[in-house]
Amino acid sequence: MYYRETTRQMNDIGVGSLVIVVLISIFIGAVTAVQFAYQLQESFVPRYYIGYIVRDSTIIELAPTITCLVLAGKVGSNLAAELGGMRQKEHIDAMEIMGVNTAGYLVLPKIIAAVVVIPMLVAIAAFLSIVGGYIAAVPTGLLSDSEYILGVRSFFLPNNINLMFTKAIVFAFLLTSVSCYQGYFVKGGSIELGKASTNAVVFSDILILLFDYLIAAVFT
Amino acid sequence: MIRTENLKKKFNEQEVLKGISAEFLDGRTNLIIGRSGAGKTVLLKLLVGLFGPTDGKVFYDDVDFFALNRRDMRAMRMKVGMLFQASALFDSLTVEENVRFPLDMFTTMTAKEKLNRVNFCLERVNLNGANKKYPSEISGGMQKRVGIARAIVLNPAYLFCDEPNSGLDPKTAIVIDDLIHDITVENNITTVINTHDMNSVMGIGDNIVLLYEGSIAWNGSKDQVLSSDNEILKDFIFASPFLQDLREAALARERRSGEG
Repeated sequence: MYYRETTRQMNDIGVGSLVIVVLISIFIGAVTAVQFAYQLQESFVPRYYIGYIVRDSTIIELAPTITCLVLAGKVGSNLAAELGGMRQKEHIDAMEIMGVNTAGYLVLPKIIAAVVVIPMLVAIAAFLSIVGGYIAAVPTGLLSDSEYILGVRSFFLPNNINLMFTKAIVFAFLLTSVSCYQGYFVKGGSIELGKASTNAVVFSDILILLFDYLIAAVFT
Repeated sequence: MIRTENLKKKFNEQEVLKGISAEFLDGRTNLIIGRSGAGKTVLLKLLVGLFGPTDGKVFYDDVDFFALNRRDMRAMRMKVGMLFQASALFDSLTVEENVRFPLDMFTTMTAKEKLNRVNFCLERVNLNGANKKYPSEISGGMQKRVGIARAIVLNPAYLFCDEPNSGLDPKTAIVIDDLIHDITVENNITTVINTHDMNSVMGIGDNIVLLYEGSIAWNGSKDQVLSSDNEILKDFIFASPFLQDLREAALARERRSGEG
């Protein structure tokens, strides 16, 4: 039952969030490329640096942080509402009385699923951001195909990938645990459920940004 | 049997239960009755451990429930079935999956054995053929019956029902009452029902505990209700002039048959 619940959550969180992650990551990469191209217009910095900057900014910062902020809104509010609804409809009480460890059955699979699936989504986001940068920069003539690829392949630090996955795992844990907490302990009616859902997103976002800074400070 | 000893519960400074000592017997339908706010739901939630007591004890066949550690408490709860006021069926699961849920969680039965057990329980509550329906596709009375089927699927020793008749028409309410009573007697279950339905009191009240302002005001069986002089009981059960007239008529009939 726990395995089945975990795979169901993986599907909900992973496959369910794929479209939004694909969309935002392509646009993030595109916007990053266009804006850096604009800023480097009058400088002596080689144009292939645009590819390098898109790659590193998305891997280190934009892919994990923006993806997880968006997922806090989509997945976090969903988790809080799901658990809060179960609390209000006495589903959690029913499980407790059956002898089910409700925290273990309802919360743990969500956290495990998120910690496994969200880093995959972040990796996809990072790749698609670089593709987005290419789409925005090369066909529009901001720089050539070979310049962009040269930039993407320059000054690569493998440790940045570790940093990206570290952030993704920490943010995934934060957004699911905060959201599950808000939903699991909700009291009252539909207004409180709405507040719990909002709090899940707000607190997750704040913690993600705080830990983004802490991880950056510690690992770089 | 379930026994409570001087059970007290406070929420902040408000004392909701003021020392409840009662016995709920095997193979009987034990009713907790009382007006709204009397403490019925709090008592029921204390009995199943959803609340902890401020003071006092709950014994399940001489086992002090609140002295158990979390693991043993969970093991004890596997012997408990509960029917909730709003049924508390899982909306995203079918009737069959709802009833099968405890089997999936706690047994190592094969899929075929589980299906047989589910079908047996659904048949017992007269819901054959409803396996693939979702809770939203069935009536309130049917949802209650699914709730009963789920509550008895693990052969519980104790069954708790929180206002099983609320929201049901009188005819369906009687069907649910009779079903709970029959299952209780068949399986020698200790059944505790929280209700303020007068049909339930007079129909299946083997052992009735009347709560009034957090204390037990009266304890007896349905056969003792008519003849009781307890003012709180009379005021509660025969609240309307119509019911008072019925009581007078019933007492007069009893007197006549006694004289004859």
